[in-house]
Amino acid sequence: MMDVAVIGAGVVGALIARELSRYQLDVCMLEKADDVAMGTSKANSAIVHAGFDCQPGSVMAKMNVRGNAMMDQLARELSVPFKRNGSMVLAFGEEDNGTLQTLLDRGIQNGVPGVEIVSGDRARELEPNISGNVTAALVAPSGGIVCPYELTIAAAGNAMDNGVRLYTGFEVVSADFADGVWTLVSAAGDQVEARYVVNAAGLFSDRVAVLLGDTEYHLFPRRGEYLLLDRDQGQMVSHTIFQCPSAMGKGILVTPTVDGNLLLGPTSENREDREDTETTADGLATVARLAAKSVPAVNLRAVITSFTGLRSCSPGHDFVIESSKNQPQLVEITGIESPGLSSAPAIAEYAVSLLKEMGLALDEKADFNPIRRPIPRFREMDIEQRRALIQEDARFGQIICRCETVTEGEIVRALHQNPPAHDLDGVKRRTRTGMGRCNGGFCTPQAVEIIARELGIPVEQVTKCGGDSRLLVGKTKEGGQDA
Amino acid sequence: MSETVKELTCIVCPMGCTLRVTMDGGKFVSVTGNSCPRGAKYAETEMTAPRRVLTSTVRVNGGHLPLCPVRTKGDIPKELLFEAMRQLDTLCVQAPVKIGQVLVEDLCGTGVPVIATRDIHLG
Amino acid sequence: MREISAEMERELVVIGGGPAGLAAAIAAAENGVAVDDILILEREPELGGILLQCIHSGFGLHRFGEELTGPEYAARFSKKVVEMGIPSLLSTMVLTLHQMEDGCKEITAVSSAHGLIRLKARAVVLAMGCRERGRGALNIPGTRPAGIYTAGAAQKFVNIKGFMPGRRVVILGSGDIGLIMARRMTLEGAKVEVVAELMPYSGGLSRNIQQCLRDFDIPLLLSHTITRIHGKERVTGVTISQVDEKRRPIPGSEQYFACDTVLLSCGLIPENELTRQAGIPLDPVTGGAVVGENRETEMAGVFAAGNVLHVHDLVDFVSAEAELAGAGAARWLAEGDGEEFKLPIHPQGIIRYVVPQTVSLPAKEDVRLFFRVGEVVDKAAVIVENGGKVLYKGMRPRLLPGEMESVTIKAAALAGTEGGQLTVRLEKR
Repeated sequence: MMDVAVIGAGVVGALIARELSRYQLDVCMLEKADDVAMGTSKANSAIVHAGFDCQPGSVMAKMNVRGNAMMDQLARELSVPFKRNGSMVLAFGEEDNGTLQTLLDRGIQNGVPGVEIVSGDRARELEPNISGNVTAALVAPSGGIVCPYELTIAAAGNAMDNGVRLYTGFEVVSADFADGVWTLVSAAGDQVEARYVVNAAGLFSDRVAVLLGDTEYHLFPRRGEYLLLDRDQGQMVSHTIFQCPSAMGKGILVTPTVDGNLLLGPTSENREDREDTETTADGLATVARLAAKSVPAVNLRAVITSFTGLRSCSPGHDFVIESSKNQPQLVEITGIESPGLSSAPAIAEYAVSLLKEMGLALDEKADFNPIRRPIPRFREMDIEQRRALIQEDARFGQIICRCETVTEGEIVRALHQNPPAHDLDGVKRRTRTGMGRCNGGFCTPQAVEIIARELGIPVEQVTKCGGDSRLLVGKTKEGGQDA
Repeated sequence: MSETVKELTCIVCPMGCTLRVTMDGGKFVSVTGNSCPRGAKYAETEMTAPRRVLTSTVRVNGGHLPLCPVRTKGDIPKELLFEAMRQLDTLCVQAPVKIGQVLVEDLCGTGVPVIATRDIHLG
Repeated sequence: MREISAEMERELVVIGGGPAGLAAAIAAAENGVAVDDILILEREPELGGILLQCIHSGFGLHRFGEELTGPEYAARFSKKVVEMGIPSLLSTMVLTLHQMEDGCKEITAVSSAHGLIRLKARAVVLAMGCRERGRGALNIPGTRPAGIYTAGAAQKFVNIKGFMPGRRVVILGSGDIGLIMARRMTLEGAKVEVVAELMPYSGGLSRNIQQCLRDFDIPLLLSHTITRIHGKERVTGVTISQVDEKRRPIPGSEQYFACDTVLLSCGLIPENELTRQAGIPLDPVTGGAVVGENRETEMAGVFAAGNVLHVHDLVDFVSAEAELAGAGAARWLAEGDGEEFKLPIHPQGIIRYVVPQTVSLPAKEDVRLFFRVGEVVDKAAVIVENGGKVLYKGMRPRLLPGEMESVTIKAAALAGTEGGQLTVRLEKR
């Protein structure tokens, strides 16, 4: 019997689990995918928004500004790279001035620190590569960047190190409340009993809510396509460069990532399919064209990869974080669209306070350790740190991914450290193996062998991302063996 | 019978000359476009009984690598390529293997041996 | 062999133990550099480079007058390196390359066996080879399932590891590795459905079209590309579209091919991250360093050869080029910088690039210029000029973008040249 079951191991679910792991509670995360951070948290703009474009007074505004302020300490504790690189919204001509002024007013009302409007020339002083057509810009120094799946993995890992259990492949298909206890059943027929349930199922939270007995939430997915560029483009801008927002979102942004790449996107398109992460020729062309409007010098030949993220949007365009109106011992979290990543730490804090209000006892655990032991990052170390690491474990001297300078030691850690990776993409998200300019052309054969060895499975059973995504179909010469 | 002309790409060397072969029914008559005598010989063989060098791998037991690359020492009839592959599939050689070592004396009755194209040491 | 330690000094460090690095090291030793003063750094556990997975034949006809397989060709050089006693460090990855204040080069490298090594070298030969253009760089829309590989990665799985990446294959790009893998996968029992090539001509050698595709009735679709990848977990198919003369997909031309694997053979990119990091100027067209006739880069004492400099069609030319670099490095170590004038060489029209990019005057030897064309040209004269004076003119029956061309300029022809530039152009008949 669990005290709390958190449905969904995205950034919100993982941070809630971590928050709960401070207390003397039995907590689990139930995740339908094979890894954490597999939904919206896997593919988004990776921005910690300053909070100037939320409607003043909204839940979103409150969570964003609070979440932003919490990010420094959180990132430090979890050893997740986070950078306050500042955000800049560009105006192209007078028609955008009104929008900038609105954003400034909202920023001030929302309590965003240091937000101001600067001239086009001043904007170009700050960012020499932005377009000559920029007439003014809003600058918010508290805007930042963080890797969303890395934050999720770190939060889930730290939660697990502090006793939280993670059940992957657990898609909740039915839920029942009786005698003060929730029983959650997975598609495979497994059962988890918990006194309290938190629905943090992201893009599917409305459907999970129905299973839990709450039918009033309705989400629609919004697709966004992105282009990720090589490190040699990472210095193109230092701020996150936005265009003026519209009803469909915050426009196409151009931003450095914490790993030194340049990210362009997203498009914004409402679609019914909640699993459609295809990229399209039109979408990618739109990203390229609109990004060039902000930063004409971007070299689109340096594209390393393209991807599509799905965000959940609700009709009211505000976060819902509330105690269920219909069911006991249940917290519903839904409609977490942008700035969900920025807000996640605050959402987690608030969700736990709601559980407390419902009667969950929060007795602090003496041995809670907020500090996560990260996978060492060989590429970021100096020569002495590298020497010491190799001395400790010679596998840190074996470079597997040459583009991103990832060692065998890091891959081995990713396969064993909480939450452990089970497949090639899981290793990639934890270590950046194969994330460089060769797209894994050189390192995939070696990485696959390491995964097979460490997991104790045949090489042919290693997958790209679980399920039927096997990388190899068999051995050569099997015809000969049959004969 | 009337003469026909067929174009071929010579595969004897990387130059890849375009050969124009004149045939009379099934009989080779002449070739133009070749830069060397080997091209002429290729054209005649290709039109009558094409042959290819086969390169592949065979399994190794106890070696530092699981496979040893091999090739036929000379060309074999093209139509036997798949049969030859099947024969190589069944083979498993013992390490160590030396480059040039004969691993099959006579591949598919062609009289052509198969040799290792690299060293495999004990591993 | 001198002791390997955390801090070392060598006259010459060769980065890369593939065909270029091996030939350069041998040439340096043969031209007077003590073998103990040379060190080859190789990232793989064996010398030989990518040739070790190229088990097909077709190597060495120019160089040895016989057709060798990749491993056999590599062995000719790696055995010689071992016989000569030239030391190498294997499974060793170079991390950084910088010029020091005294002009020496500092290299840091890492391996499990020796940990982190800091090397001080007077001269360096860059021989890191190249990589394949991947899906990201090609920006192919669609899903992101398992089953998409570069042809070279598939080659490593099949030929070295003994695994089949798939059973029903579509190949994008008609580069030589893709063509070779079409045959290889077919022989291993896979079905290659089609090879799609964006350009109106193949990027590979004509003979590979014959012996790898036509021999097995594999269709080649020129002016076609993959416009969508299908499949959620594993590839289930691709949409292939015809492209117009500007390489844009033509609506309505879509064809669907069911497959479980997509192999990419869409060009090679010299691996010059270290070169760039060291601040050595690169040629934007070749993607490799700007070099003179001895393959010396713009950084004194740093030479480059092989596919790291420009992508070659035949390894025989890689070896020859690396020997120029190795000998050049030996001479530079003995004599230092000369007082020569560097005459720039400029490609014109559809000649995309020329390597070397400069030639020193006065010329001591004949200079061979390598170049590639940007489109198929029939019957054209290659003309090399200096200020209106023709130094070379020669006919070519056919020039193909997939094949490297060369002209040799006699030292005597260069003797009268004093300044300006060399231009290389084609005159169509």
